Order: sequence, then C-alpha cells, then structure tokens
Amino acid sequence: MNAASAAYPIAERSAPMRREPLIASGVLGMLIFIFTEVMFFAGLISAHAIVRSQVAGQLWPPYGQPRLPVEQTAINSLALLVSGVVLAFAWFAYKREPAAARIPLLLSILLGAVFVGFQGMEWMAMLAEGLTIQSSTYGGFFYLIIGAHAIHAVGALAALAWAFYKLEHTELTASQLSTVSTFWYFVVLVWPILYVKVYL
Amino acid sequence: MADTAVDVQHAEHHGHADHHHGPQGLLKYVWSTDHKIIAMQYLFTGMFMAVIGGYMAYVFRMQLAFPGISVPGFGQVSPGEYNSLVTNHGSIMIFWVAMPVLIAAFGNYLIPLMIGADDMVFPRINRLSYQIFLVSAILLLASMFVQGGGFGGAWTAYPPLSAVAEYNQTALGSSMWLVAVALEFVAFLLGGINFITTLMNSRAPGMKAYDIPIVCWMIVIASILFMLSVGPLIAGAVMLLFDQVLGTGFYDPARGGDPILWQHLFWFFGHPEVYVVLLPAIGMTIDVIATFSRKKIFGYKLVLYTTVATGVLSFFVWAHHQFIAGIDPRMANVFTITTLLISVPIAEMCFVIIATLYGGSIRLTTPMLWALAFVAEFLIGGVTGIFLGASGADIYFHDTYFVLAHFHYTFFPIAIIGSFIGFTYWFPKMFGRMMNDTLGKIHFWGTVIPFNFIFIPLFVLGIGGQHRRIYNYQHFPELAGPEMYQLRVIATISLLVMLSFQLVFFYNCITSWISGEKAGKNPWKANTLEWTTESPPPHGNWPADDMPNVYRGAYEYGHPDREEDYWPQNQPS
Repeated sequence: MNAASAAYPIAERSAPMRREPLIASGVLGMLIFIFTEVMFFAGLISAHAIVRSQVAGQLWPPYGQPRLPVEQTAINSLALLVSGVVLAFAWFAYKREPAAARIPLLLSILLGAVFVGFQGMEWMAMLAEGLTIQSSTYGGFFYLIIGAHAIHAVGALAALAWAFYKLEHTELTASQLSTVSTFWYFVVLVWPILYVKVYL
Repeated sequence: MADTAVDVQHAEHHGHADHHHGPQGLLKYVWSTDHKIIAMQYLFTGMFMAVIGGYMAYVFRMQLAFPGISVPGFGQVSPGEYNSLVTNHGSIMIFWVAMPVLIAAFGNYLIPLMIGADDMVFPRINRLSYQIFLVSAILLLASMFVQGGGFGGAWTAYPPLSAVAEYNQTALGSSMWLVAVALEFVAFLLGGINFITTLMNSRAPGMKAYDIPIVCWMIVIASILFMLSVGPLIAGAVMLLFDQVLGTGFYDPARGGDPILWQHLFWFFGHPEVYVVLLPAIGMTIDVIATFSRKKIFGYKLVLYTTVATGVLSFFVWAHHQFIAGIDPRMANVFTITTLLISVPIAEMCFVIIATLYGGSIRLTTPMLWALAFVAEFLIGGVTGIFLGASGADIYFHDTYFVLAHFHYTFFPIAIIGSFIGFTYWFPKMFGRMMNDTLGKIHFWGTVIPFNFIFIPLFVLGIGGQHRRIYNYQHFPELAGPEMYQLRVIATISLLVMLSFQLVFFYNCITSWISGEKAGKNPWKANTLEWTTESPPPHGNWPADDMPNVYRGAYEYGHPDREEDYWPQNQPS
C-alpha cells in the first residue's frame, strides 16, 4: 500500500516533528495588532493631509489660530526616543540577568512619563491660546492625532509598569517583556512621523 | 527566541489546567475559554441577528410592495422607520451575521480542530472578543428604541447626513450605531489576532503550509485583510463620532472639512470587507466540493495564490463605489481597470471548483447542494458586477435596484448560503448527530428558488430606473406604473415564501439535535483532522497524550493505491 503508483507519485516526507514557532505567539499577536495600529494612524495622517491640501491659499495654521510649539516638542520628543533606546538596554540586561533589567526599565518608564506629562502641559497652553478641538480642522486634527498617540502612550506605559511590577516579584517572563516592549517601540517609532506631519 | 516559545507554551498549558477546574454548570457555557463554545456563542448570536435582519427585510419589502398598509407584526411604517429598517438590515446582515457566523463562528470552531491544536493560542482574548461582540449587538438593538429611533442614514453612513443631527433626526441613534460598529470591529480585531497566530504557531506536528485545509487558509487570509483595512475606518469613525458629539468639522465643508474623505476611509475598508466575508464562504465551498466529489482539489496552490492575489487587489478597487461622487474621471478609469481585474482571480476559483467536480464521484448531499448553489448564484452576482465596475455604465446604474440586486447576489450566497454550507456540513461534528437529509433538501430548494424570484425582478426594476432608499414610489409617477408594482409584489411574495421555508430549517435543527441519527467520528468520510476526534469533540479536542500527527495534504481522495477512497491526514500509511 505504501508503494506509490506511477500515475500518482507521493513525495517523500520526513517524519512529523513539532516545530519551534518562528516568532513567539505573544510577540506575533502584538505585531499583528501593531499592523492594524499602523493602518489606523495612516488613516488619520492621510485624512489630515487631504484636508490640509484643500485649505485656501495653503494657509496652515489657518488665520487666527496659534502656531504649535515646534521647538519645545522637538526637545520633548528626545525624551521619548531615549526612553525607547533605554528599553532596548533593559531587554539586553534581562537576557543577561533578569534583575539587572530593573534600573533601565524604570528609567524607560520615567522618561515616557516625562514625555506624556510635558505633552499634557503643552495642551493646557494651547487651549489657553484659543486652539480647541472645535476652533478649526487644524485644532481638530491636532487634538485627534496627538491625543490618539497620547492614549497609546499611556496604555503602553501602564503595560510597562505592569512588567516592572512582575519583575519586582521575579515573575516576568521573557515573552511578556518582549511583547510589552514591542508595543512601546511602536509608540516611540510612530511619534517622529506624527511630529513631522502635524507640527511642521 | 527558543526560550520565549517555551514560556508561551508553558503559560498556555497553565491556563488550560485552570480551566478544567473552572466554572461549572451553566456558567461553563457563558464564561468558557473553549474555542468550540465561543464558536457556538458566535453562531447562535449570529443566527439570532439573522432572524432580526430577516424580519426587517419583511417589513420594508411589505411597505414597498403595498405602500401604506399596516404590516402584520409591525404596523404602519413611517418614513423614518423605513430608513432605520433599511439601514439596520444592511448593518446587521453584514456586521452581525456574515462576520460572526462565517469568520468568528467557523473560524473559532474549525481552525484549532483542522490544524490539530487543543485550543486557540490566546483563549482569554478569544472570550473577550465574544463579550465585546455581544455588547455591540445589544447596543445596536437598543439604538432602535431610543428617542428619535434608530439611525437611518444607510449602512455606509455618509456625512453630512450621518454627522449632523438636524439632518438625520436621530442624534442618539446614530451615535449608538457608530459606537456599536466600532465595538464590533474591536471584537473581530481580537479574534483575527487569534486566528492568524494560531494558524502560524499551533499546527500539528508534520502539518506544512500546503497541508492546511483551504478553509483555514481562507479564514486567516480574510483576517489579515480585515486587520489591514479596518484601521482607516476606525480612524474615520472616531472623526465622525467627534463630528456628531464634540462638534468638530472634519466632514463639514463649511468649516474646512471634506465629506468625500469619509467615503474614501469607509470604502478603503468596505471593499476588502467584501472579500473578508467572501473568502471563508468560498473556502467552505471548496472543501465541501472536494469531499463530495471524492476527488483532490484541482490546483490547491493555484487557489492559495489566487486568494492572496485577490487580497492584494482588493485594496485598490475601493473608489468604484464613488464614480459619481465627483472623483477625477482619470482616477475612475484606474479603478475601473483594477475592478475588472479582480474578477480574474475569482473566476479562477470558479474554474477550480468546476475542474474539481469534473470526473468526480459526486454525492448530492445537502451541504453539496448548498455548495453548488453558492457557485451558481455567486456567478450571477459576479457577472452583474462587471457592469457596475465599468465607470461609464455605473453612471446610469449607480444607486438603482440593479446595484442592490447585484450585491444581494453576492452577499446572499456568501452570508446565507455560505453559512448553510458550513452549518449542514459540520453539524454532525458540532452536535454529534446527523441532520435530516430530506428536510435539508426541502429547505434548500425552498430557499434558493425564492431567492432568485426576489432579486431577478429587482434587476429589471433597476434597469427601469428605480432608485434605492425610497420610501414610497407612489410619489414618483414614472416609477409607479402597474408593471413596476407587479415586479415589486413578486419580489415581496417570494421573500415571504423564502422566510417561511426557514421554519423547516429550524425544525430540522431542533429535531436532529434531539433525536437525529448518531453521526460517529467521520460521517462524510473526509480527510481533515476534525473528523478524527469524537463528535462533538471533548474539551482539548483530542486526548492530551494522543494529539494527531499529519502525514499528507488534506485532499487525498480517491487515491488509486488504497482500498478506501479517502486517506485521513493523520494516518501514517
């Protein structure tokens, strides 16, 4: 019965073996989620670009609307980028010795929190200058896009804080840390694009 | 990377052990993380919503055929109620019937069983997915009973009608509708992550990419399409919700916004969405056709590559919904070409099905009849789509009943016939008993024949110039002639006939469930892994020490070297 007939050849196959997944399930699930998030921000950015391109006389910001704090935000962005780099160091430290990841992980969370805090202060200043979500599509897109990023940043920081808590109790697994970090890298890396598109 | 993988498997087993000692009794069914129970939850919720969607169709079809009568079971239909019924019929049938039944129910049920896994990779995310879906369904149904009534701005929700409460008169209803749709997307986002990850990482030892049953591939490719297309729509929906609730002007041209922007964001999702629901249905069709032709699929890899090609092309056709929305005619030409191109891969799939049937040893069981009907009816839907995809012809056909009949000829085979293919084929596995074949065939003919009598008259009406979304054609003298009313009456009576034949289906389900013939493990003599376990499968699908191994592809039917005409994937020789 094993002999394959000439009309119907059967390729030789190796015996069934359990394969190691190419990407661990947690990270893979997070990556798929991030693809969706990339498309979400792509949708916001293209909506912004379309509306901006239709403004009469290319006047952006529109007449009577304040200019966004380009320079302060550039400096603040550095805090976020450094936070991402520090988190990478936390990962390498964890691979060496889990407890060694404590300091870089905490530093990364603090830098992220500094970024979100300064963004919040900036919003208060902009509101005081008369830029609201209703005042123009300029204001609407600013609060919508930067707010969407802020919600992601806060969510990712909460996830990192959870990872830190697990690390303190020596319960954090490598896959948990890499899953959570993947999300924070997304939040860090999408920011420069948003900054260039919305602020400049 | 290796140690992380072990961690995950570890965590998975841990979660599993917890579940065995988890909730008991009724709570076991509402709070379970078992993929089969979640699949049932999706299936029954979807069927319940289908009944509501069918009831809505009955009410507004009665109003169209006999304007102004008091519809039995509803009463007089006001214009606002008519708009709300039409809108919610569309939303329910696409988002709360086609999606949960085809992708979520069959995806959840079939993927782990067909690839030899004990459960999904993320069982608790799976449970969360259904819970969010249930909330979205309740929110949608509740939106029809709030002040002002349910949203009536069509399921595509074009602004400014959907954005401005003075225009649509349903301030609360439209916001609730929008939030319900957004929540439903979140539910399928979580489900889709599970499907893709499970197919990638949990396959049985020995199952290579080309040994995966087509229906699993199709559901996963559909999930990938959904993942890639839904982001922009969520972005657009947030902007629309802000316009409704916070008073922003994203879609308001008077304040610098752009109403066409919504159409782009909506259809960038909306067109891939057609393929999101089509692919699982066509996957089930191909599986069923191979089983009941007792023959290997003609061109497994061709189907797979064709599916990927369809998926890629489906992202470049969306503006064919907007040919008369004032887009640049040069852009319309580009989208005409891509739209006509996408019929090529779908036609290839139809040829694959026909070539599989050719020379097969065909068994006309109920699921096979449904599968054949799918091909025949979907073909009509596809061919009439050519007229609409050509921008010149579409200028006349746009927003007529020709469009409506066309997409019902695609969506009815997908959502209704597709669900019946899956349900009748896997019923023995799900409930352990066979369905009554005679009743199944009565239900089949009683559904498919009236279906054609509903929608062929609507093609004719559409060519005659009958526009969609009109409450009462008596207000339009050129559309109120007796010959047009006759066609409307034929369509409505056929709908009544079709709906009444669904009672046969429900009767058949209940009696077969209670007292049908015992199915055994493999009543159809099929190859795929789900037929190697008990019917219904126990928790964990197979005994933990006897998980299946895979030795060959899923479609080795009628092999000349074997005495039986099938060769299960898990048999070494």
